[in-house]
Amino acid sequence: MKFQLTYKLFGRSAILIEWPANISQEIIQDIISFERKIKEIDSILDTIIAYNSLLIRYQNPITTNEIIISQLKKIYEASSYLIKQDQFLWHIPVCYDVSFGIDLEEIANKKKCSVADIIRLHTETDYLVYFIGFQPGFLYLGGLHQNLHIPRKSNPRVRVDMGSVGIGGSQTGVYPQDSSGGWNIIGKSPLNFFDINASESCFAKPGDRIQFIAVDIHSFYQIEREVINQEFIIKKRLL
Amino acid sequence: MIEVLHPGIYCSIQDQGRFGYAKMGVPQAGYADSYAAKMANALLKNHEKDALIEITFGQGKFKFKSDTYICLTGGDFSPKLNGKLIKMQSVYPIKKDSVLSFGKRVYGARVYLSVQGGIQTEKVYGSRSYFEGITQQKLVKGAMLPILPIEKDTDNSFSRVRASEKHFTTIYLPCLKGPEFSKLNNEQQRKLLTPFSISDHNNRVGYRLKESLENNISSILTSPVLPGTVQLTPSGKCIILMQDCQVTGGYPRILQLSEIAIARISQKITGDKIQFILEDHS
Repeated sequence: MKFQLTYKLFGRSAILIEWPANISQEIIQDIISFERKIKEIDSILDTIIAYNSLLIRYQNPITTNEIIISQLKKIYEASSYLIKQDQFLWHIPVCYDVSFGIDLEEIANKKKCSVADIIRLHTETDYLVYFIGFQPGFLYLGGLHQNLHIPRKSNPRVRVDMGSVGIGGSQTGVYPQDSSGGWNIIGKSPLNFFDINASESCFAKPGDRIQFIAVDIHSFYQIEREVINQEFIIKKRLL
Repeated sequence: MIEVLHPGIYCSIQDQGRFGYAKMGVPQAGYADSYAAKMANALLKNHEKDALIEITFGQGKFKFKSDTYICLTGGDFSPKLNGKLIKMQSVYPIKKDSVLSFGKRVYGARVYLSVQGGIQTEKVYGSRSYFEGITQQKLVKGAMLPILPIEKDTDNSFSRVRASEKHFTTIYLPCLKGPEFSKLNNEQQRKLLTPFSISDHNNRVGYRLKESLENNISSILTSPVLPGTVQLTPSGKCIILMQDCQVTGGYPRILQLSEIAIARISQKITGDKIQFILEDHS
């Protein structure tokens, strides 16, 4: 499926391409595919992907924007084929013990359900990785169950632990580093979502899917040890 | 080696920044004042991309453990070599065990210290620019920064230049319209091009401005941002994003600063005035 795109200059040396302003799987897959097609162009410095946009940064200021934009349009229009990259479903262990999921009981009270219901809803579906932003390794995930939509905390916490799994509005995600944060914390993953020393610093990429797997606190600490010793292999399935 | 005797308020190693990894959420980072940083390297006949030390408010103290050449550019904080005042934009030969310190602020906010051949800390993803979680070398007291041995046949005909006074004094920041500029009404657009002042929330991530703009335009779907992007927050405050900003954001992007405008604002301090000047894309 082809979308109606707009092309704008963004600063002197970048082109911003925008898809219709929706969060949708078709749009993000089209953006990922387009980004892979233009990857080989030498003059490109970097690209940024978000829900409905692709920013292309060039090495040098753009003097002939009409030519560059028509070149990009041609690439988009011409190829009906999708450049398919291998996409994976990643199994992410999460411990939903209330010692980690410090907001679980409050959410259960507000939602008039049990903590077990929250865990079930959070783990029974998988989530699409739309893009990575905010912090290195922070995955923007789509697909959170409507019953788990909870507004951000009005007073953000000064410190949220690395690995904390949270819910903010209609989004869910994992904090890749210790940071301040306003999301409701429901659990903690022992995995490292951005490891500068790993061959792939960030294992997941846009287009992949995430399945959270509930583990008990004993398994959490065991996996955490294995992650530290670089023995843990994240389970994945080719989509 | 250079030993950090005292890091001052904040100092970090910076080069041109990190490119090609934004898709993993890795910020660009890099020197905030590219004009001053490039000059510091050029005067030493270094490569433009060589790493140097960016010193905020020039309050650090550094000891050279080997002979080298240095040059200081950017803000003038009365630099002293072994207690004796030295000049900005000038190359100095350095003898082992010399100490560089700073004094009173004359102008600017960020000083650049370049050494012959550049600072040699580990490159991560093609850059030595400091970013928490990416690079290891924090400039804390006692940190040792590797440098290259002095080049034997260094000719001493280093040039000395005057920094453009305008770079530090002008309030004008040339910029282009941002992707959401057209959502502003005429009155908002007019107001945006009047003088603003810098609030005390200013650092390498962003500069927040004091005055508000009436804001009735809605947030956008989280979208790419760049250093130099001016965001309009729901409360009507403008934030100018700087080199350490994240790669995406959800506030309307109303302006995009030129490279020289980013360099200029990086030398401004709380309370300073600025004014956006809209340029054509052509």
